[in-house]
Formats: sequence, C-alpha cells, structure tokens
Amino acid sequence: MDLSTFLIQCLNALQYGLLLYLVAMGLTLIFGIMGVINLAHGSFYMIGAYMAFALAPMVGGNFYLTLILGVVLAVVLGYVLEWAFFSYLYDRDHLQQVLMTYGLILVFEELRSILVGDDVHGIQPPELLAGTLPLGDIMTYPVYRLFVSGMCILLALGMYYVFSRTRLGMMIRAGSVNREMVQSLGIDIQFLYRVVFAAGVAIAVLAGMLAAPISSVYPGMGNQVLIICFVVVVIGGIGSIRGAFFAALLIGFVDTFGKVLVPEASGVLAYVLMALILLWKPNGLFKAG
Amino acid sequence: MHTISQGRLAFLLLFFAGLALYPLIAGEYGVDFVTKIMIYAILALSLELLVGNVGLVCFGQAAFFGIGAYGAVLLSPQDASASWLWLLPACVAAAALYALFVGALSLRTKGVYFIMVTLAFAQMAYYVVHDTPLGGGTDGIYLYFKPGLDSAIDLSKPHTLYYFTLVFLVWTFVFLAILLRSHFGRALAGIKINEQRMLASGFYTYPYKLAAFITSGGIAGLAGFLFAVKDGFVNPEMMSWHLSGALLIMIILGGLGYLEGALIGAFAFIFLQEFFKSDAIFGSFAKHWQLGLGLTIIACVALLPKGLIGLPDWIHKRLYGEKRIITEKMS
Amino acid sequence: MTTATPDILLQGRDITQRWGGLVAINQVSIALERGTIHAVIGTNGAGKSTLINILSGEITPTAGKIELLGKDATRWSQPRRARHGLGRSYQRNTIFPDFTVFENCRLAAQAQVHRPWIWWNNAQKCKISVSSAESAITQAGLTEATDRPAGLLSHGQKRQLEIAMCLATRPEVLLLDEPLAGMGAEETERMLALLNNLKANHAILLVEHDMDAVFRIADKITVMVNGSVIASDTPDQIRSNADVQTAYLGAH
Repeated sequence: MDLSTFLIQCLNALQYGLLLYLVAMGLTLIFGIMGVINLAHGSFYMIGAYMAFALAPMVGGNFYLTLILGVVLAVVLGYVLEWAFFSYLYDRDHLQQVLMTYGLILVFEELRSILVGDDVHGIQPPELLAGTLPLGDIMTYPVYRLFVSGMCILLALGMYYVFSRTRLGMMIRAGSVNREMVQSLGIDIQFLYRVVFAAGVAIAVLAGMLAAPISSVYPGMGNQVLIICFVVVVIGGIGSIRGAFFAALLIGFVDTFGKVLVPEASGVLAYVLMALILLWKPNGLFKAG
Repeated sequence: MHTISQGRLAFLLLFFAGLALYPLIAGEYGVDFVTKIMIYAILALSLELLVGNVGLVCFGQAAFFGIGAYGAVLLSPQDASASWLWLLPACVAAAALYALFVGALSLRTKGVYFIMVTLAFAQMAYYVVHDTPLGGGTDGIYLYFKPGLDSAIDLSKPHTLYYFTLVFLVWTFVFLAILLRSHFGRALAGIKINEQRMLASGFYTYPYKLAAFITSGGIAGLAGFLFAVKDGFVNPEMMSWHLSGALLIMIILGGLGYLEGALIGAFAFIFLQEFFKSDAIFGSFAKHWQLGLGLTIIACVALLPKGLIGLPDWIHKRLYGEKRIITEKMS
Repeated sequence: MTTATPDILLQGRDITQRWGGLVAINQVSIALERGTIHAVIGTNGAGKSTLINILSGEITPTAGKIELLGKDATRWSQPRRARHGLGRSYQRNTIFPDFTVFENCRLAAQAQVHRPWIWWNNAQKCKISVSSAESAITQAGLTEATDRPAGLLSHGQKRQLEIAMCLATRPEVLLLDEPLAGMGAEETERMLALLNNLKANHAILLVEHDMDAVFRIADKITVMVNGSVIASDTPDQIRSNADVQTAYLGAH
C-alpha cells in the first residue's frame, strides 16, 4: 500500500467512524439515560437517508434546505415517538422494550416501503461539493466525503460543548451515570427524556441524510448500521459518550483497513475485536466505575 | 413453582394431541408448514431455557441452530444416506461443543454485554460458513441423501419427518419440564432472581450457567439437524442475527418464564407472519406484511406485559373486573 | 501455623482494603468465637459492610488474612466459604419473593447436596435439603408461614426469612448485616430472641445501627471509624470509653 492509498483509506476510515459515532451516540445516550434498548435506532438512520431522497424535490432539490427540513421533522418525530411508544416502557423489563422496538422496526420498514418504495436510489451530492481534490500524483478524493467528515466533527464538537459546558449537558451526564440521582435533584426527568430522545433521533436522521450520497439509499440499511452501532456502544462502554467516540473510530479503521488488507475476513473483524475487548474488559473500554 | 396446574396440563395435552392428529386432515403443504413451526418451537424452547429460566439473554442462538444444520449436511456421506442414529447425536454434540466454547467465554460478562458477546460469537460462525469454502458461501449446500434408518424411519418422507419432529418437540418439552424442577433447575431459577444470594448460599453459579448454556446449544443443534433434513438445504442465513432476534421475539411474545410461552410464541409468530402474508386476505397489501406483524407486536407489548400467555387473564379482567389479576400478582 | 483456639471460628487479621487511593478498611483484625455475638458499630461509611463483604468472600482484600475454622481462607471464593460453614445475610432482603418460605430455605439448603447434576429427580423430594429447610424454618420461628410466598410476608418476617436462609445451609459462623433494619419494637424483640437462641451454636457477627439493641445483646463490640478499629471490648467498657464517646456516640 503506497502512501496516498494509505491516506485515502485513513480518510475513509475517519469518515465512516465519525458517521458511526453520530448514530451510536444517540443509542448510548438513550440507553444510558433512559435505560431503553432501542432497536429502532437504526431505522432513524434509514429514515434520514430516505428523507434525503424524498424531501429534496419539495425544496427544489436544495441539499442544505433538505438537511434543515429533515432535522426539524426528526425532532418532531422523536418527540412524538417518545410520547407515544416509549414513555410507558421505562419501568418495564428490558426485553419488553426489545420487543416493542422490534415491532417499530417492522412498521418503519413497511411505511418506508409504502411511501417511497423498495428501490435503491443514488443521491447526488450538491454541486458545490461534487468535485474531487487531487491527492498525490494520480489519486483524487471526493470533496463530499471531506464535507461529511467536517460536518461530523463540527457536530461532535458542538455536542461536546453542550455536554461539558451547559446545564442541560450536566443533567445528561449525571443522568447517564446515575438516573436516580438526577430524579432526586428535582430535575424534570420526563422533559430530559424527551429532549435526549428527540436529539438522538435528530442526529441519527442527520447521519442518514449525510450518508445518503455516499452509501446510496436502500431498504434494510437501518438494520445493518444498528448492529454495528451496538458493537460500538458496547466496546465503548454503555452510556459513555467518549467511549462511543473512540470505539466508533476504532471500528471505522478496523473495518476500512480490514476490507483492504484481509477482504475475506473483513465482515467478522469488528465482532472478533468486540469479543476480545469484552473478554479483557467486561464492561467496555470507558465504563465509569 | 413449576407445578403443572390442571389448566396448563389440559392445554398441553390438547395442544400435542392436536399436532398428532393434524396430518390426518392436512395436505402436503400443511404438513411441511407445521413441521417447520415445530422445529422453530424446539429452537424457541432451547432459548427459553436460557432467557426465561436463567435470565441469560443469548442473542446468538442461531449459531447453534446453524451448526446443527451444517453438521447434518457436512457429516452425511456424499453418495448414500446416513443413519440418523449417529448423525443426530453428532449434530447435537457439535452444537453443544460450540456452546461450551462460547458460554465459557461469554459468561464472564453480564447484561447487555452478554447479549452482545453472544451476538459476536454467532456472527463469527456466520462468517465462517459465509466466507470460507467449508460452508459453500452464500449459496449454501444441498443435502442429497436424507438420513434414515433402513427403511423403517425414512426421514425423506414428509409424514415420517413430521412425527419424528413431533416426538422430539414433546421430548424437549418434557425434558425441560423435568429438568426445571430438579436441583439443577431450581438452582437456575435462584440464579435468575438473585445470583449473589446463590453464591452466598454456597452455589458455584458459573458451572450451572455454563451447563444450561451447553444444554440449550445442544437442543438448538437438534432443531438445526431437523431443519436441514426437512429442507435438504442449508445456507448462511440460518445463522444470521435476524433469526436470533426473531427467536427472542417469539419467546417474549409468548411469555417469558413458561415453557408453554415458547410454544405459543413460536406458533403465534409464524402464524401471524403467514396471516399477514396471505394474498387471499390482504390482496396486494400482503407484500407489506411486516406492517401488520409490527403493529400486532406493539399492541401485545402495550396490552399484555406478560406475553400471550397472559391473554386468558387479560380477557378475564375485561369480563369480570380486576379482582383475579390482583390475586395473580400477589401469589 | 494457626494460633487460633478451637473456639475461634472465623478470624480476620490486619485486613486492609483500598479503592484506588481511598482506604476503606485499615488493618482491621477481628475474631469471632462460638457462643458470642460480636457487634460491629460505626457511622455510615465506616467500612462495616465492606468488612462483611471481605469476610464472606465477596471482595478479596488488598492485604490481610482470613482464617475459617482454623484454615487459611483468604483466597477462597464465596461459595467455598459458604460450604465450609460461613453464612451471611444482607442489609437489603435477598429472599426470592415468588417462592414460598419453604422453597426459599430448601433452595439454600440444596447447596449442601452433593449431586446437583441429577436432573431427573424432583428437587422438592430431596430429603436432605427438605429436612435442613424445615429445621431452619422452625429455628427462625416461621413455621406458620411455611407455605406462604415470601413476597407476601411482613417486613419483620422477611428479615427472619433472610436469617432462616442462612441457617438452612447449616453454618457455624453467621455474618448478619443489619438484621433489625426497619423493624418495629415487637419485631425487634422477636429477632433479638432468635439471635440469643442461635448464639449457643454459632459465632455471630452483627452489624447494626440500633444501639439499644446492640448494647443489650452483644457480648463484644468493635467500634469502627473511617475504616479503622478505635475500640473493641465488652459493652460496658465501650459505653465508658472516652474515644468512642467523642468519635461516635457523641455524634448522636
């Protein structure tokens, strides 16, 4: 592997890892704070990708407007879903939540099929970002992938700010470590749940929209990302945002380089890695306490 | 307590008697279809042992199922039919052996981590058959000669296989029912509720859990063997996490903590699937069958926290008010 | 190698437990004798529960040695200690609420049965565990409640059952973590009578917040402050000990 190939793969790995982080972060927060195993989280990613396809004509094909519209819709969706399906699940057994969210996956997939159909769609990146940058002598790199990485980094930084500097972030961090404590501090836990859930949904949807021009849009894409995000969450330590970040990058690099170096075993690498890490540290890499 | 009440006993007798009589009225398709459901019911029972009775949520049960199935195909001679008398135990042993390996390692972790580690090991098995020459890749492999025992029990005949499967379904059920009231089963029940207390009483809980895991894997291997014989064909999808997930859904839907729950769940899940897939009822909308299934599952969670096994109580409550439910909860 | 007299059933020497930089327990030594109730008192966070967890084998201490019936048990797992005569109760009820009182005790007693892998025999018909359970229930005074689901018992009865489950394993040493917590006057009296009865055949370690009860029933009291023992003596001596007065009793 020469230097420029290596560099390109590094950029790909970074971009994939960052995208995973966006989805996994919502998953780990919803589990850490609300105690809900949300199998339907992958569906939000899928919904996002299909929004990028379906909403574009409504706003005259403007990519940026599509993003904004999608995020707004996602917040509304998250808020309503939390109220309709999750608000009475908190005291239930985890397995009841698994069953409920599994039902939601089926419903989302079929609604998508009814509303948009089952075809695979390619999405064009906006014109401004459609070009490529030269890398070395012969290699080029698509600008859009750089844009995605940049957006992810901005979002990650933004969230880092929210978590570490704001009162809301303080409540979220406290909640992911100790739920009872937050309740005893007199914080409106119901409100916190809605906000976290809606934010988790919005970010997963945004990740899906950003990914659409790279991965194209296809049925079942939600399930694929769901399982790999669970791997990320578990490696990082459930409820740990920092853990999810490092684990996502780790998986991004392992997966990307696995495909190049050992293509026949690439599918299994992430799982081998997870098994090894959990046997070494049964609570993930960054679990507090 | 696993004392079988009269109502439960009556239900079970009717259930198994119905299955025994069913081929008399059913056609070729029906026999094959119910054979399939019974195999899933055996598989669901194997998972129920872990999830409902030890509290170990295994998200990789499909791997043991798949190993049993691939074992049946790979161990059969290429040009003749094998005797199931050795082939079946061999498949069960292969699955149990992998369960020993997976269980020994994954039981070090707890809770959601355990769920994910069992998934990881199942995915490894999946990729072994998917990506290596051993498993024939995505296309799978065919079983050209179905096992038999001379001509007396020839498993290539659908009716023979039906009753063969039914016998093993009843056997699995009775085996687990006896197991659960033994010392071993009671210890598992204790571990599910409070492992710390069990340690403090002097139980080495790890070997108990491992033994349960191996037993469960072996039974799943049995189901895999039957499935390979029924279809005459195996492919990697048998080991995919979708199946492991669907199995979990079956037993939760049926009602955790009861062996009947696994039976009811397996039958209900597959019937619902077929029902919503039926063109005769839903016409062109049948291709969106997952919508109906999904909504039914959601309704079940919302209304029946105990699963379908709680349905009689729920109906009773609607008809006669709350009283019975309260006593049920307290006892 | 051991200097323990036959009457000392459980002995901890210089036990130290550090959590990171924090010293939870500092060089604590304790000896439990048959026929005595040895109480450990101290404010919250003094390290009493940690001490019980170390003695019962839930935590391996950073340093120190534990001898059970004259054998070095420092590296023994919790089940192994339980099988060698160590029983413990928990501060929070650890009963199995869906099981009957009888089944709770029978299950605990089952740990002593040597062939747990016989999967075809009905556990309810195992003579050894049934008789252990019955005698534990009688000793703990729960005979009338034998067939009731444990979850339906009164709070006091649940605490009694917690002890009965210990007794069912036929222990010689009992480590009791706040058996009186949350009890009314009448329930407390019943529990104290039970402990007095058990004393003859057992060595009992009692961690308890109810000072009146402790001073009435204990033969020996150890006072812990911030992980260290500041005094260990008879109740009368402890009552008049100036250090204890200032460090602990004065705080009330």
